[in-house]
Amino acid sequence: MDINDLRSITTVLGLLCFLGIVAWAYGKGSKKGFDEAANLPFAENDDQDATSKMSHPR
Amino acid sequence: MSVTKTTYNDKVVRQFAVMTVIWGIVGMLVGVIIAAQLVWPELNLGFLHFGRLRPLHTNAVIFAFGGCALFATSYWCVQRTCHTRLWGGPLVPFTFWGWQIVILLAAITLPLGITQSKEYAELEWPIDILITLVWVSYALVFFGTIAKRTVSHIYVANWFFGAFIIAVALLHLVNSAAVPVSLTKSYSVYSGVQDAMIQWWYGHNAVGFFLTAGFLGMMYYFVPKQAGRPVYSYRLSVVHFWALIFTYMWAGPHHLHYTALPDWTQSVGMVFSLILLAPSWGGMINGIMTLSGAWHKLRDDPILKFLITSLSFYGMSTFEGPMMAIKTVNALSHYTDWTVGHVHSGALGWVAMVSIGSIYYLLPKLFGKTEMYSTKLVTTHFWIATIGTVLYIASMWIAGVMQGLMWRAVNADGTLAYSFVESVKGSYPFWAIRWLGGVLFLSGMLIMAYNMFKTMAGGKTQDVTVNVPVAHHA
Repeated sequence: MDINDLRSITTVLGLLCFLGIVAWAYGKGSKKGFDEAANLPFAENDDQDATSKMSHPR
Repeated sequence: MSVTKTTYNDKVVRQFAVMTVIWGIVGMLVGVIIAAQLVWPELNLGFLHFGRLRPLHTNAVIFAFGGCALFATSYWCVQRTCHTRLWGGPLVPFTFWGWQIVILLAAITLPLGITQSKEYAELEWPIDILITLVWVSYALVFFGTIAKRTVSHIYVANWFFGAFIIAVALLHLVNSAAVPVSLTKSYSVYSGVQDAMIQWWYGHNAVGFFLTAGFLGMMYYFVPKQAGRPVYSYRLSVVHFWALIFTYMWAGPHHLHYTALPDWTQSVGMVFSLILLAPSWGGMINGIMTLSGAWHKLRDDPILKFLITSLSFYGMSTFEGPMMAIKTVNALSHYTDWTVGHVHSGALGWVAMVSIGSIYYLLPKLFGKTEMYSTKLVTTHFWIATIGTVLYIASMWIAGVMQGLMWRAVNADGTLAYSFVESVKGSYPFWAIRWLGGVLFLSGMLIMAYNMFKTMAGGKTQDVTVNVPVAHHA
């Protein structure tokens, strides 16, 4: 096995890793955490009047 | 949860926000001067000629204006979304004063011709070391603050800011490696085609991480805040982030098409540049669609106008970029003013406008006001800046395509149809229009400065108590 095989493997692993991230991001389990995270900028004192929990359809 | 009330460190945000506007004016003024020097060559006075002032312009607008905007917004965002005070004590003021000294040293050395001759990395080795110290401090402050956050999630904007900080550190350290021979002179450790590749690996990723990832961090915080609703799709923002990280590092070779760089490397650069269209547009759509259901806010909110227009220009320039990275298109566009127009579509339309919008958002909050001194003047600034940008990029498109066509035109016997100077002559009217576009954009910044000082006048700079949200407590 020469160094070019290692390079190819790294590239393929990189792609698989990315596809894994996509699957995780669009998986059911992450929805609640993402909604919480998305509302982080609105947890400030100056946002008391703003809706505390907002969510877009997707 | 701790009972003692700490406050946010807004002093450093205040300092960087004000200097963003000041350095914006300085950098864009130098830009207007060198644009005028192209139209009226007699303005090249002594050593203050185009060749010396052009790197001063690029350094001032990218690292002074853009850099201060990134420091200000990232320090604000990381505190507000981690719900904790900046970590780092004396490191925090050091990042401000250190960065200002870097800028001053650049303003002194570049007109004197002290340079490493690497585009966007011109500064000589002692300044490079100072940059490294400031940048490491910046990373410590930023990640130290994230480490002591009082909420469990790390908001997506901080991911982008964090990637920008890490990538710029890597790029700066690798590309600036040099052997010093005196205090003001050094030689790069690279040579030949490797030097060229490393330079444009640096150069393109400076665009990708300094001028894109950092400003996307701004977008992901300030667009939702100003629109009053969370980002359109948080899932898309996660994919957007990782797609950008996985792709950007490979796109640099498109700066070296048809050079001594191996052909396969050029092709890799071209393909990855084309792939980049997907994450770029994903991010743009995510930003713009955040306004979904609240489009009416765009009508009378000039800050939102700045932010959303910046995303439109981001979409335009990230479509144009991959197109120009295609070898056959590049054969026409490379070395012409089309490239200059493309850069400014990104720099004025995207980077400057998203910064201006974010700074307008911050200024009243930083100086204890509810809004800017004059919202009308913000609207005026918006329209002047937009018209200036459009004049700039449209004139450069025409000049660039004309130059490309003239340079490649051949007579029946194979000789060149035009001499180079004929293309220079043909470019004059468009350079004049470009100068006018620059003047308009600079005028907008002067209006912003007036509005800023009026907003600051009589304002109280009270420290804001850190708000630890109970629901999110980690």
